[in-house]
Amino acid sequence: MITEQEIWKGLELVKDPEIPTLSMVDMGIITKVEVRGESSVFVEMTPTFTGCPAIKMMEGMVADRLKEMGIIQIEVVTTFDKPWDSNKLTERGLMCLKKHGLAPPVKHSGEVTLELLEHTECPFCGSKNTEMKSPFGPTLCRSMHYCNDCLQAFEGFKPVV
Amino acid sequence: MNTTAIKELLYKMADDLLIIGHRNSEWTGLGPILEEDIAFSSMAQDKIGQSQALFQLLHGLGEQEPDTVAFTRNAKQFHNAQFVELPNGDYDFSLMRHFLYDVADQLRFEMLASSGYEPLAKVARKIKGELKYHVFHANTWIVKLGSANEESKARMQTALNDAWNFALGLFEEGDFENDLKNEGVFAGEVALRQLWLETITPTLTKATLNIPHENTWEPKLGGRKGIHTEHLEPLVEEMSEVFRVDPSAEW
Repeated sequence: MITEQEIWKGLELVKDPEIPTLSMVDMGIITKVEVRGESSVFVEMTPTFTGCPAIKMMEGMVADRLKEMGIIQIEVVTTFDKPWDSNKLTERGLMCLKKHGLAPPVKHSGEVTLELLEHTECPFCGSKNTEMKSPFGPTLCRSMHYCNDCLQAFEGFKPVV
Repeated sequence: MNTTAIKELLYKMADDLLIIGHRNSEWTGLGPILEEDIAFSSMAQDKIGQSQALFQLLHGLGEQEPDTVAFTRNAKQFHNAQFVELPNGDYDFSLMRHFLYDVADQLRFEMLASSGYEPLAKVARKIKGELKYHVFHANTWIVKLGSANEESKARMQTALNDAWNFALGLFEEGDFENDLKNEGVFAGEVALRQLWLETITPTLTKATLNIPHENTWEPKLGGRKGIHTEHLEPLVEEMSEVFRVDPSAEW
């Protein structure tokens, strides 16, 4: 029988539709995997943002991957039982964001302040001499910034509590 | 728990979010600068998503599917405060409404994060983190424009005066305030309004804007009971047009 660990490993191939370098596992949006019997698997997910329009699509991508792995009975549900917050991104996830040119979210301790967002580290040159241009960006999970040192506009992945 | 009381609470919150979300979306493509166009469009997406989560909770309590509830009711069946249905007006009014409404909503969801009704508490814990960004955005503009130059200050003060009594209407009490309090679901509109006043005052002071004098306060009530301004009906018609033409449309 397939193990939960093998399922987790297999799901690492399912990438975020917006950020192709980042897996859903590293993003921290897969909150539970349960093997319920011979080729029967249950997966629980949670959205990064309540209004995330990609969540249905991502449920489908997870189900497709499980099918590829030979699972026949598949249940994928989305809940708010264990809500996502940006600290749930794995270390590898943070690296993937940076590789994609997005400033990773700063680790927070239960509170997000404006101060935390200003001076976000530039993903291109590493400078902290930056400013936030807008707390909103091309997707709900991104903000827009500008680096005063390398004079590049960049996007950040928002820290969320 | 008193399900009727919980449904009333969920309906008014979901309707506020759906209607303000729709108003926010009307700035898409028309924002004064690109960043602001994106900001209002993003907030629209957040709010409509948040309303869907609340309609989903209602569905769990026996109400119809979220889409059906959102798109097949007529204006009189909506429980949103009149404040959120008012047209966007100029950008000054939109920003002022955004500030007054979003601070209230963030405080509301912070209170509900410890609600005794666990399904709502779970959603609230998620939503309050998202609303933080809406409030950051609002605070920044209120302070900036309130103290920029004479014209901007005058326009923001006028917007505040125009919005004020409608904003007070957000805290219209329902028939089940005591049930909700006694059962630990929600601490009530009076408590929320007090907290809201304490929260907006320092920001408005920083923006050098004045809250209208208390003896002029006349909250615009009725929205929670289906009494609306003439502006809601055309909004609902437009919002539900596609659904009415083809309820199974997908895109």
